[in-house]
Amino acid sequence: MQRTSSVNREIRESSKRILAVVGHFGSGKTEFAVSLAMRMAMQERPADMPRLALVDIDIANPYFRSRERKQMLEAAGISVYGNAYDGEITAELPALSAAIRTPLEDAGCRVIVDVGGNDSGARILHQFRKYFQQNEHELYAVINANRPETSDIDGALAHLQAIEMETGLTVSGLINNCHLLRETTPETVAQGHRLCEALCRRTGKPLICDCYPAPLFDDAALQALPAGSTGPYHMPLGLYMRESWLDKLI
Amino acid sequence: MTEKVLMKGNEAFAEAAIRGGCRFYFGYPITPQSEIPEYMSRELAKRGGTFVQAESELAAVNMAYGCAAAGGNVFISSSSPGIALMQEGMSFLCSAEVPVVVLNVSRGGPGVGGIQPGQADYFQATRGGGNGDYHIPVFAPLGIQEAVDLIYEAPQIADRYRNPVMVLVDGMMGQMMEPLRLPEARPFVATEEIAAYKPWSLTGKAAKGGKRRVVKSLLLKPEQLEEHVEQLFEKYALAEKELVRFETIGLEKADVVFVAFGTISRLVAESIELLAAEGIRAGMIRPISLWPFPYAAFEQIDYTTTKAVISAELSMGQMIGDVKMGVNGRLPVQLIHRTGGIVPTSLEIVEKTKAILQGVK
Repeated sequence: MQRTSSVNREIRESSKRILAVVGHFGSGKTEFAVSLAMRMAMQERPADMPRLALVDIDIANPYFRSRERKQMLEAAGISVYGNAYDGEITAELPALSAAIRTPLEDAGCRVIVDVGGNDSGARILHQFRKYFQQNEHELYAVINANRPETSDIDGALAHLQAIEMETGLTVSGLINNCHLLRETTPETVAQGHRLCEALCRRTGKPLICDCYPAPLFDDAALQALPAGSTGPYHMPLGLYMRESWLDKLI
Repeated sequence: MTEKVLMKGNEAFAEAAIRGGCRFYFGYPITPQSEIPEYMSRELAKRGGTFVQAESELAAVNMAYGCAAAGGNVFISSSSPGIALMQEGMSFLCSAEVPVVVLNVSRGGPGVGGIQPGQADYFQATRGGGNGDYHIPVFAPLGIQEAVDLIYEAPQIADRYRNPVMVLVDGMMGQMMEPLRLPEARPFVATEEIAAYKPWSLTGKAAKGGKRRVVKSLLLKPEQLEEHVEQLFEKYALAEKELVRFETIGLEKADVVFVAFGTISRLVAESIELLAAEGIRAGMIRPISLWPFPYAAFEQIDYTTTKAVISAELSMGQMIGDVKMGVNGRLPVQLIHRTGGIVPTSLEIVEKTKAILQGVK
């Protein structure tokens, strides 16, 4: 439990003002981004960075976008920026609000950027390129070893490289988010951990954390999580994006 | 059994079609199912199949008609307005007795509507949006695993009946993730094997002096057309015996019985648990085949305890007519619904159910 509570402190202390999250669609980027924002909102903020924002630039996905949780995020003190049409329409229009640049320009604001899936979804980062050239950012890639296309080294590496090629940016760390929704066990997390460690050895990139579905894991399950020789942390995900009935099979 | 993987509905549907032996895909992108043509464009050629992006849904269904008439195993998919464009083709396919697997990942309507999930294509699917006397078997899974299994099975049903078969899901199932097991892949039928596999198909390889093969939907002599349609309906009568599928839960001593298919049946399942906590016994009939509709399931309702039957739908109430035919006047039939792409909460269903039960006491 000690490791768990230190997760966000570690991410906060070791990382930059802008945290952008990329990865294969369906890997759990949005859940990670929203959970990270919610946990950061609960923690004390540095005096020089009092504001916290979540920027949703997913223009590839028509459903399950972080801006759908705008009310909850704003109630937690997180400013949410997204589509120019906001919640008024649900179309997947590539029409981003110019206001998105507000938190990116604001040196006193920590920003989590939820990017669309795959290389095609990440392409949009081009127009925000200048914010990613000042050594103020981290670009985290979420890897889910249970997604068939990123289930082995070659597949995961191909995805990483495609995103880096498309954006011209370098992924600075990996997030292990190997899960099977409500069927996730510590072994599921460990399976992803092993893939990510192998990927780290191949790429030289660090493993930032192992994610787990907090509402489903008791103390025994937490103890069974992989320890990690390189010191990655355990990141609890809140399952904010997953309504209970979605897992209701009769 | 393969290991479980985590897939987005649309990816899983496409993979299931490939594994079911569908070697040809013709399609045009439309939200919320565009991941299907995207997946097919990437994967089909690798496995020895063919993907063609058509210039419209009308073109796609007619490419499917041509390819399937030549004996190819074809899968096509679209979403509501795109499926509407394909309706002329559906009628032609039925008349010409050409098997094709069709998937509708439905969204809100009418017209262009919206891109959020809807079930307002029930009439279109079960009553036929095309002209003439025909039927299409329609299956409505409640989740991605069941959809995968049905799409995998659909080519066999389509071939057996020489008729299109439709799987109807909604955008929620297309876009959501679910852990699932993929079935073992059936090998594609090689071109040189088609003549033996589908002896009626236009392979251009009939033996000299052999019977001429014709695939068409034009029959100008009324007597011929009548005979043809009657033969089609002999097949449909068989389908009504063989293809009825449904699931029931908690019908015994139920106070109220829901009838729901697809996405909303999962919400209803959650509502049933919430109602039980308040001492109300609720059950459900879940039609899996929408045509043929499982009228027989309504004989399992306990008419001594049940006070009302509720059709729960993501439309203005399109299935409710079939529900009333099943109930056949034995109980009041009420509707709980949302439309336009809105999915109710399970609590909303609970509250509306309690109000209905108050009214029938």
